[in-house]
Formats: sequence, C-alpha cells, structure tokens
Amino acid sequence: MTAAPTDAPAKPGRFGPYGGRYASETLMAALVELEEAYPRITATPAFQAELADLLEHYAGRPTPLFLAQRATALLGGAKVYLKREDLAHTGAHKINNVLGQCLLAKYMGKPRIIAETGAGQHGVATATACALLGLCCEVYMGAEDVERQAPNVFRMELLGARVVPVTSGSKTLKDAINEAMRDWVTNVENTYYCIGSVMGPHPYPTIVRDFQRVIGVEARRQMLEREGRLPDVLVACVGGGSNAMGLFHPFLDDAGVRMIGVEPAGEGIGTGRHGATLCAGVPGILHGQKTIVLADDDGQIFPAHSISAGLDYPGVGPEHAWLRDSGRAEYVAVTDEEALDSYVWLSRTEGIIPALESSHAIAHARKLAPTLRRDAIVLVNLSGRGDKDAPTVRQILEDRAKAQAS
Amino acid sequence: MGRIGDRLAALRARGEKALVPFVTAGDPDLGVTEALLPALAEAGADVIELGVPWSDPSAEGPTIQRASERALRAGTTLRRILGLVKALRPKLDVPIVLMGYANSFLTMGERHFPEAAREAGVDGVITVDCPPEEEPGYYDALEACGVDGILLAAPTTTPERLAMLARRTRGFLYYVSLTGVTGARSGLPPRLEENLARIRAVSSVPVCVGFGISTAAQAAAIARHADGVVVGSALVERIARAKSREEAVTEAASFVAALKAPLRGEPA
Repeated sequence: MTAAPTDAPAKPGRFGPYGGRYASETLMAALVELEEAYPRITATPAFQAELADLLEHYAGRPTPLFLAQRATALLGGAKVYLKREDLAHTGAHKINNVLGQCLLAKYMGKPRIIAETGAGQHGVATATACALLGLCCEVYMGAEDVERQAPNVFRMELLGARVVPVTSGSKTLKDAINEAMRDWVTNVENTYYCIGSVMGPHPYPTIVRDFQRVIGVEARRQMLEREGRLPDVLVACVGGGSNAMGLFHPFLDDAGVRMIGVEPAGEGIGTGRHGATLCAGVPGILHGQKTIVLADDDGQIFPAHSISAGLDYPGVGPEHAWLRDSGRAEYVAVTDEEALDSYVWLSRTEGIIPALESSHAIAHARKLAPTLRRDAIVLVNLSGRGDKDAPTVRQILEDRAKAQAS
Repeated sequence: MGRIGDRLAALRARGEKALVPFVTAGDPDLGVTEALLPALAEAGADVIELGVPWSDPSAEGPTIQRASERALRAGTTLRRILGLVKALRPKLDVPIVLMGYANSFLTMGERHFPEAAREAGVDGVITVDCPPEEEPGYYDALEACGVDGILLAAPTTTPERLAMLARRTRGFLYYVSLTGVTGARSGLPPRLEENLARIRAVSSVPVCVGFGISTAAQAAAIARHADGVVVGSALVERIARAKSREEAVTEAASFVAALKAPLRGEPA
C-alpha cells in the first residue's frame, strides 16, 4: 500500500511541478484530515486484511493475464497479453479504487459517500461498494452522460444510490466533478468524496494510484511466472488515467519497460473535438490540481470529446503529466473511429468485448505489435468490459449500414 | 498600505462598517459592468469585488455559476476586464478587487498578471482555489506589485491555519461564514462570533464576512462582529432579474444603498 521510494515527491502531493492542492479554503481541513488518516488507517493490519479479503473474494482478484493468441497471430509481431480488468466485479478496474476508498471512509467514520461519474463505471462501482459496506451513496453525473449511459444509471439506482444529473456547464464529467466538490464543501463533516481517478487535490492522486497499483503488481508477477521476464511495452488508455497509472506504477523502476498511455483523439486532434490532454493540452489548474488541461488562452476549459464517456475529460492525473515531461512514459492518441474498429475487432478475434475506453489501448497495440519482433511482449490493460457500450456501438453501426445502403 | 487598507482603516476609525458588493464582470456584458461600477460606488460600496468568470467555478452556487456562463457567452475575458478597470480608474476612487480562479490568473502568468493588475488599477485579488502555500511565487509577485493578495478563511479552518492566513493575507481577510458554496441564504451563520473572535485573537487585520448574506438586516447583524460584509449572490440575482440594462444598474445601486445604510453607524 505504501508508495515506492522513487516517486516520493519533493513536496507532498507534487509530481514535479504538477499536483498540489488547489482547493477552496473550506476543503483544506478535510484534505488535511484525509492526508493524515490515509497512511495511518491503511497501515493497520485490520484495514489491510479486510481490503485484501474484499479484493479476492468480492472483486475477484487477481484478474487473469491472458495471452491473446489469435490477436498475436493476426498482428504478426509481438506477443499480446491482456490484463483482464474487465473480469473484475462490476466489469472494470474501478472497483479496486472504490473498495479501498469506501473502506477508508468507513474507518474514518464518514457515513455518506459522494462520487462523480462520466461513463457511469465509477458511479456503479461506488454504488456497489456502498451497498456492500452499508454506506449512503450519491453520484453526480452530467445530464448528457445520464442520457448516453442510461443502463448504468439504472444500475446505480438498483444498488441503492441516488443519481444526481448535473445541468451546469457542458453537462459532462468535468461538471459532475464541480458539482461533487460543491456538495463536499457543503457537507464536508459527514461526507467522504470518493474520486474516481488519479486526479484532484492532494492526497487523491496518490490514494487512487495506490489502490490501483494492484493491477500492475499482479501483472508484473503474472508475467514473470508466465514468461520468466518483464514485458517490453505496457499500453493503457488514459482519461483521468487511473487504470494506466495502476498498471504503470509498479514498473516505474524497470528501465527496460516502455509505457504508453493512449488518449482519445475523438474526431481528430486537428478538429478540436477530442480529449487528448497530454498530446495537445497546456499547463493549467483544474479540479484542485496543477496538471495539463485543454484550455484557451484565457484559461477557460474546453469540453473534451470522445466516443467513450469514460475518457471524456479535459484534464489528466498530475502524475501522468510528470511521467510525460520526465520522458518515463509516452502518450499517443487514437480516434473514435480507430477505437470503434478495435471494439469490433477484439470481440471477433478473441471473444472479448472491450469497453470503448479500453478499445483505445487495443487500437494502439494493433499499430504497435506488428512493428516489434516476435519475441517482444506487449501488455495491454483491458480496463473494462464493453457490454455497456453495445447500444452506442450498435446505433453507430446501424446508422452506417443505412447510409451505405441509401 | 494600499487603497483597500486605507479605506478600511478610515472606516474603522469612524466606527463604520464596510460594504463590499460582488458582481460578476461581464454579466450580462461588460457594458453593464461599466455602468455598474460607478453606480455602486456612488450608492455606498466601500470596496467592489469583480468576479472573473471561469468555465469551472466549483466554489460557486447556481446564481454565480449562471452569471459566469452569461458573462462568458458575452465574450468576457480577463484581458477585457482589466481593460475596463483601466479605462474607469481615472474617474473611480473605489478600491477594486478581482475574485476568480487560479487558472484564469496563472494562465496569464504568475508575474505578468500581477503587473497587468497593477497597471489597470486593480487593488486586490482573491484567488479562490489557490492557497498561499501552493503558489508562493504568485503571491510574492502580487505583493511586489502592490496588489493585495486577499486570502479566505472558513469555519472549517483550523486555528493554526487561521493564524497563518491572518498573517499572510493583505488588505483584509475574507471570512467565508458558511460551509458551502456562494449563494443567498436566510438566517445568521452558526458559530460566527466564536470564529471571528478566534481571528481577532491572532491578528488585527480587517475581516470581511461573505457567503450567504442577502438582506440589510443580516448584513447589519453580521457587521457588528466584523469590519465589513460581502454581498454577492443576492445582488447578482437582482441584476439577472432586471428587465433592462438601466433597471439592472438602478436596482443594484438601490440595493447597495439599502445594505450600506445600517453599516454607517446610523440608526437602522
């Protein structure tokens, strides 16, 4: 649970120049309380044992490391392995983080949990953990996302959570975060804000990373058992960046392992309709953190765009910004079209329907693997399952079939 | 001492309390703001807070969120706001404080923005989401330019932190009287007296109280414990409800005059 010594920031909560705690004064005491409670509680044997038990028997960890043989053969280059986070309970890696944070909230004596959600995956995971742990749960979701992700709204409600549609601003994830922060400012004494990615004011980027590290810790061990060596390249999609950080972080000291984060290029970076923050953004301050953001020269934040609601975020976790600047990780972008194509491709090639988020990572792996030698290993984080996206994809494919027929 | 400190010291010497109205710059457009500033000063504003609209105002309630959205739709930018203040400054004696978010100010530059603010005649800056320890260089640059870096304190602020904020703030300390976002509320905030006493115990810096003040009676009751009161959402709402630009200005001015009357130390 403790962070590796190499990443100890010079100042608490800083990753190079990024991170920090750009919060309104009302929240400072709560953030300091969390900063103090987090290492103290998570170091106790009781917390560690309870979380380990939940991860194994409730979330279904460890998730498998799967050698995608047909994909490998078709691509004709590096071996492609998939870390099957889609097989974790609730269908995505999000459960790792929420079990950790909701358990932490319970130990801190906070009976009420709030969360923001974009695609609904983090909201569903939070609602799940709250049902399990007997906590009250409210989820803020952009009104536009409520519409795009109706099945997840129903899931959250079924799990006993209240879903609050957010109609301010661009009515998407960033506005849901603003609204959750407003709630937290107002109800800070009995409420824990369960952030869904490696973002927000310190100590959140560290907390979420630590709870997601289980992905990389397992994958590293599984790869050593399976292949007797480490992978050559890690590939993961990046919205806020929690599944990528969870995979990358345990490999940071393995100098031979390349790390590639894949951002959503949407309709193309040149169109302005994208969410490729690290590829096309500028330094800025958003949601309590200094990071890279999509903004104009007046500092106004652009709404991000992606076919995948989970990558639709105009910022990125501050540690990713630092990994980019320091050169330790690379960041690329793939378009909606490429992600869509890979959604279908992986379904047909391996019998695995990937989330549209994860389809971005698959799309990049498809470009990369053929350029590498056959003894190279590419490890892709399959961060979530794609059933939730089936209605969206079906609609697009049907519209296209009609357009072609006419 | 800058214009803000001078003004608050003079009021304190007379036993008078400061009225600090807040309006969002550019709501509904900068033309209205241009007319509002002198009208509010004339009506009795002692310091004017000018909100700098931002796309993601996470500390604001619905009233100021909507005002920010209107202002941004009208093309308001920080540069244009500074231009407006600069144009009005020769005719306007009232201290002006810009209130906004770190990304607006730091995108212009931690050194460039304080210089531009000084050049425009801005007297103070409140950066809602920028605690002083996060950007010491920025607060130093404000200080070097003679622009007051005004800090906020909240009911949840710990005593140690309160002492630090009271020491580091310039101009005045903005005490957020409620745990929550901006917005008009009825009733007096709980624990106000005790929290203000905590501030007095560590500093003689003037304290202005804001968040949730909507009536003259409330302003007067709170002002008994403080150096001044900030009124934002209730004023912004009146501007939003007005049927014309002229009505927006006259309504805002008469509301400010009504709020100020009991703060002069005259019988309410």
